[in-house]
Amino acid sequence: MSKILVFAEFQNGNLKRSSQELVQFAAKTGRPVVALALGTQAGSGAAQLGHHGAQEILLCKDAAYDAYNPELFASAVAEAIQNTGATLVLASASSSGKDLFPRVAAKIGAGVVSDGTEITVSGEDVKVKKPLYSGKCFATAQFENTNTKIVLMRANQLPVAPADTSKTATVTEHAFNKPSLKTLVKEIVKGASEKLDLTEANIVVSGGRGLKEAANFKMLNDLASVLGATVGASRAVVDAGWVGHSMQVGQTGKTVAPSLYIAVGISGAIQHLAGMSGSKVIVAINSDANAPIFQKATYGIVGDAFEIVPKLTEEFKKALTH
Amino acid sequence: MKIFVCLKQVPDTETKIKILPDQSGIDPAGIKWVMNPYDEHAVEEAIKFKEKNPGAQVWAITSGPKARAVESLRTALAMGADEAIVINSPESLDAYSTAKALANVITSEGGAHLVFTGKLSIDSNQSSVPQMVAEFMSIPHTSVVSKFESSAENTTVERDVEGGAKEVVQMINPSLVAANKGLNMPRYASLPGIMKAKKKVIKEIEFSSLGIAGGEQKVKYSGFALPPEKPAVKLLTGDAASQVSQLISCLRDEAKVL
Repeated sequence: MSKILVFAEFQNGNLKRSSQELVQFAAKTGRPVVALALGTQAGSGAAQLGHHGAQEILLCKDAAYDAYNPELFASAVAEAIQNTGATLVLASASSSGKDLFPRVAAKIGAGVVSDGTEITVSGEDVKVKKPLYSGKCFATAQFENTNTKIVLMRANQLPVAPADTSKTATVTEHAFNKPSLKTLVKEIVKGASEKLDLTEANIVVSGGRGLKEAANFKMLNDLASVLGATVGASRAVVDAGWVGHSMQVGQTGKTVAPSLYIAVGISGAIQHLAGMSGSKVIVAINSDANAPIFQKATYGIVGDAFEIVPKLTEEFKKALTH
Repeated sequence: MKIFVCLKQVPDTETKIKILPDQSGIDPAGIKWVMNPYDEHAVEEAIKFKEKNPGAQVWAITSGPKARAVESLRTALAMGADEAIVINSPESLDAYSTAKALANVITSEGGAHLVFTGKLSIDSNQSSVPQMVAEFMSIPHTSVVSKFESSAENTTVERDVEGGAKEVVQMINPSLVAANKGLNMPRYASLPGIMKAKKKVIKEIEFSSLGIAGGEQKVKYSGFALPPEKPAVKLLTGDAASQVSQLISCLRDEAKVL
């Protein structure tokens, strides 16, 4: 059977959970698994790929790969696909994954499916379930006319078992050809938040117009820090300038699928519901019992957010320390 | 100096999606079609560039079923684009074929100094076409752009990445820029703009005339379905303190998410 190539992503020298999911999934298919690890972080984190089930690691510790550059990365990945003969490439639907792989696909004449939420691999056959219209519906994507199938999976969709340190992989160091570049990454400006991105967060606390003014997002920040959650927002409050667009959940913002989504003062416009209804458990806190958000919610509290949320923060603090 | 803006017509964000009985796609009945929201930012930035760079000409281009797809081109013309091209193509084209068609036509029209697109279309959510167009044209690209500056030789942009971080990227022109929401505030079309756009002749190109073979279609979709219905909400009653303590026990003991 032909190989599966997994594109590994690292954070602080560790293999990201989303990459662990992919390597473990690939190993379970029974096909040989090669992981591609680029950059200096990959040097320290690459061994973890073996613990999660990769048999072979294609490693390039060159610092040139420390910052994402579409042209440089596309060239290396295309070369890796060619060298390994992999017919299935798995990567996460992260900022860089979503930017990179369509360029790779165009370069090598391959098909790419982004934002997969379920994947089935049986022999060479690959089926991917993915949301369309930001989750208003789903469809199954299949490939045709392509030797290489590229699938970008959303984070938190596949199970992860603890790493098995007895399993190791063969490491092959390789210097990829570098094309002359027309793209230069000059600077990376860190975000205000060191927290997980909305699309990767396990718990999201979102606020809407019901919070009445921008300053009241502090209440949500307090709740989020107790829960280890990331804070999101509705389109209405982003358009009103209360918070930045990077926090917007919905069809013209981010599509999220955490284990727990807490919507505070969000009535639930169709385009917002599309972006969050994939969440496992949804809690809605709203003063209007007829708000559409309650149709998607698992648990609902009809009440005053200014009374409920601080109490909730207090009680979570107690519950989580016990 | 030609500036191309690639755009797509999509169902309005308030659309309630219905599925065809054979699950082959969505039911087009009753859908209100609009320009993809991110493409509005692409059009706006192209027009702003033209205003600062006399001699620049903005060409709006789309691929889709001609009868409806021209409407978004008229919107772009009304906002201030100079020319428009529709590639009359079937609804079911995948990102690869679409990008190939766009890149072919832009190249045969003499190429572009800059290409603007939205970062993704809100229907298929693939975010693939911009990067593919750039690769097919052998030009650099940056996606998810919220700040744009351009000189004759270079384009410098800010790209939004995870956790609110930004990458400052410089590209050698010609280059492609895929717009994020924060890039600008799209203008409303003026009445004279709308009148002018109505009369404008839109260039029509048949997809079948571009020599793009059936083998350029790489991904097909089937089995369209709505998300599973959620069970009815469990409303927690009583005073605030009681609602809060019920919620915490539900999350911990019933849903097991804490």
